[in-house]
Amino acid sequence: MKASVIVFPGSNCDRDAAVALEAATGQPPAMVWHGDSAIPASDLIVLPGGFSYGDYLRSGAMAAHSPVMREVVARARAGTPVLGICNGFQVLTEAGLLPGVLMRNATLKFICRDVTLRVERSDSIFTRRYTAGEVVCFAIAHKDGSYFADAATLGRLEGEGLVAFRYCDAQGSVTPEANPNGSAHNIAGIYNETGRVLGLMPHPERLADPALSGTDGAKMFLSLVEALH
Amino acid sequence: MSIAARAARAADSITPELVAEHGLSPEEYELLVGSLGREPSLTELGIFSVMWSEHCSYKSSKVWLKKLPTEGPQVIQGPGENAGVVDIGDGQATAFKMESHNHPSFIEPYQGAATGVGGIMRDVFTMGARPIANMNALRFGAPDHAKTRHLLAGVVSGIGDYGNCMGVPTVGGETNFDPRYNDNILVNAMTVGLVDANRIFKSAAKGVGHPVVYVGSKTGRDGIHGATMASAEFDEASEEKRPTVQVGDPFTEKLLLEACLELMAEDAIVGIQDMGAAGLTSSSVEMADKGGVGIELELDRVPTREEGMTAYEMMLSESQERMLMVLQPGSEKAAERVFRKWELDFSIIGYTTDTGHLVVRHRGIVEADIPLAALAHAAPVYERPYTKREPQPIVAPEDVPAPNSLLGALEYLMGSPHLCSRSWIWEQYDHMVMADTVQRPGGDAAVVRVHGTQKGIAISCDVTPRYCAADPYEGAKQAVAECWRNLTAVGADPLAITDCMNFGNPERPEIMGEFASAVEGMAEACTALAFPVVSGNVSLYNETNGIAIPPTPAIGGVGLLPDIAAMATIALKREGDLLMLLGAEAGHLGQSLFMEVVSGETRGAPPPVDLDAERRTGDLVRGLIRSLCLSAAHDVSDGGLLVAIAEMALAGRLGVALDSVSGPLPAHALWFGEDQARYVVAASPDKADAIHKAAAVAKVPLRLLGKVGGDAIVLAGEAPLSLATLKAAHEHWLPRFMAHG
Repeated sequence: MKASVIVFPGSNCDRDAAVALEAATGQPPAMVWHGDSAIPASDLIVLPGGFSYGDYLRSGAMAAHSPVMREVVARARAGTPVLGICNGFQVLTEAGLLPGVLMRNATLKFICRDVTLRVERSDSIFTRRYTAGEVVCFAIAHKDGSYFADAATLGRLEGEGLVAFRYCDAQGSVTPEANPNGSAHNIAGIYNETGRVLGLMPHPERLADPALSGTDGAKMFLSLVEALH
Repeated sequence: MSIAARAARAADSITPELVAEHGLSPEEYELLVGSLGREPSLTELGIFSVMWSEHCSYKSSKVWLKKLPTEGPQVIQGPGENAGVVDIGDGQATAFKMESHNHPSFIEPYQGAATGVGGIMRDVFTMGARPIANMNALRFGAPDHAKTRHLLAGVVSGIGDYGNCMGVPTVGGETNFDPRYNDNILVNAMTVGLVDANRIFKSAAKGVGHPVVYVGSKTGRDGIHGATMASAEFDEASEEKRPTVQVGDPFTEKLLLEACLELMAEDAIVGIQDMGAAGLTSSSVEMADKGGVGIELELDRVPTREEGMTAYEMMLSESQERMLMVLQPGSEKAAERVFRKWELDFSIIGYTTDTGHLVVRHRGIVEADIPLAALAHAAPVYERPYTKREPQPIVAPEDVPAPNSLLGALEYLMGSPHLCSRSWIWEQYDHMVMADTVQRPGGDAAVVRVHGTQKGIAISCDVTPRYCAADPYEGAKQAVAECWRNLTAVGADPLAITDCMNFGNPERPEIMGEFASAVEGMAEACTALAFPVVSGNVSLYNETNGIAIPPTPAIGGVGLLPDIAAMATIALKREGDLLMLLGAEAGHLGQSLFMEVVSGETRGAPPPVDLDAERRTGDLVRGLIRSLCLSAAHDVSDGGLLVAIAEMALAGRLGVALDSVSGPLPAHALWFGEDQARYVVAASPDKADAIHKAAAVAKVPLRLLGKVGGDAIVLAGEAPLSLATLKAAHEHWLPRFMAHG
């Protein structure tokens, strides 16, 4: 699997994503600078976490208009899988590849900790190594992670099975207490209608190494390798 | 008009009041005129005032700081550069430093703390090191003081937003509440970086005719006279100094970091210095002075944020996210390309000369022409008078009333502001970015893996202000020893420290006495533990309306784990493991948290530090960790033995059944005394023999405390304290306190 990681000014999880991708694929991904309009032939495009353009204006808003994003949008529409993590999820919503918006956390504070997530589907290219309903541990680190969409959009996401991950407790129950940031329907990540674009706030790449108190995130990258080899 | 003629004309306007406003005494002004050979221009007065400020010149502390040990086989760079550097093997090194941003953070907590973090990270990447971890040491006033909540919220948010945006994990720190910081909080920030030992950059500007380059953000009017502000006491009017607090832009700093490291990979840079306190003035003076050259600046080429800035304002601005570099001639184009790629300002603003002078031109006029020697070396150095404190009497354990219930006292202590969980703070810091944080906040020391290797760097910040207030000498010794112990408790070899010396007004003999005693205590501990000082910062005049903070020599220590596979954490791991205490018990309750929180009194001498016992006990524990004998280890500090055990139980979600103790000491002195040089360790029963033997060889007392298991802390004669109850007590205080503004 050949992957490309897009690097915006202010991206800061680009290396973490590259390390996790290399561990899963055996080869380092291409690192693509935001000013480039060309992306090498890729089986997967990753928009990493960080603070692109300092999160000024609105998280992800400026990155969504950088030259490279025109190409990312075109590739996504043509079927190339795209994974947006944290700031990358924010960029995907701002670029219109995913619906809704990430608002300031309900606590109004940055939150960095491990959370438990329920994997909603195991038939996507991102989750085939998980089982549906499985409870996994990923890390969150964001200030603007409260997923919001209008009722019609939420209805469509639910109806079409486009919710990828939900914040839940250790037993898998989706409760208000398990919702760290006030996201609608405890949504932590969503797919586009083809299931080939995934945006999520939690960081699978941060818990993908036995030395880092968990490896649940590694299965996402292994799923992609299996699906896209 | 010549500078002398202009200065002569300006002399009329340089009144004694103006000199005083610049923080210079009449005697210092005389010295200035003498070293310049004439009256200064206004710009020159400004330049002298910041270079001779306490903050930049260390004029009160210099004579004492010389007593600190700064050398060792591991030391690559000691004090004097932007950060200290120590060897971590395999051609790699770590650069680190801690710095204070106390006054700005009290005036404007968010920006004050944010720019403190920005400044210390810049110090580290100026050395060519990529920052890999941040820490901080925070002291706030009493929880019931009107400003505490506001200051804590702003400081934590400012630290978090800056480090989070930079993508450098903030991996821990310490926070105290004490009414003696009510009107003068302390915000000390530390950064640790990773650098190849043969690619370390320094500040000296060698060579004549080399281009002097300005990169980073534009210069504005913010922060003018920050260094002078940091060198004066506080009063009510100080809050009107808000405009002297700088405003941080972590996004620009992230770009500056990447651009600098990208250029540093080539051979373009002769010397580099960040523009921190006293901005363009101190950076240009330090670079030229260290390189033994002169420097000429054309201020018309300085990128400015505002129209009509004067030479005085540009030389004194403390706008953030700026760097000054001296380049190899011919490399200007390559350097400019890198900085343009990162969308940063880049301007050649001058050249090095052979005149030995700092010459500043603006709009065709020489605004300053000063011999560098006068700025850098003619600054006054004071041997201020000092009086040392009488030691306080040792409190006999029997003189401290016993609590009704030991476990009740434990629950109360664990839920107090002093010992409650700090997760409300560190959850606002991204402590996992870079995906190398192998030990997160909440343990004895944080550990970050050296990227791509199995090595780990352990980091801890320590000082116990109530000990230092009671006895600055023993307190400072204890701060160094506790830091060394925390690094040891995760299995690291302690390498070196950085310090942040926070004290009151050195012009008062009793404060100078505190400083002198603290330096002597640190020096003794650093020498005994082979734990030299490689960088640091002195923050004096931490007083408001004549009331000084407790002496607070904050110690930031760095250690090395050769292999993170042999790393200890405080969490209990297995039912049936044995819990043991290593180290001697004397039941010292003077200045203990038990005494303060449970008995409501603060008196007596702090616990004495036996450095020989520290060394023996620490080396024993590290050896046991390395030979994989231990399943958990924790140093015993604030709150004593029972608190240490409770922290291990909470971290591991496993209870303990403790054996009852007998002997001459009262039970509450054994469980809550704060005797030094002690560790609690857990091990499976089959390791017990080996541990007993090793302790006997090291002549370290060992006491079997009990057994790991269950879901409560059980002590004979007391109702069990369930972990659920203890956890609730431990975790509730801080979030509730912050929520009920």
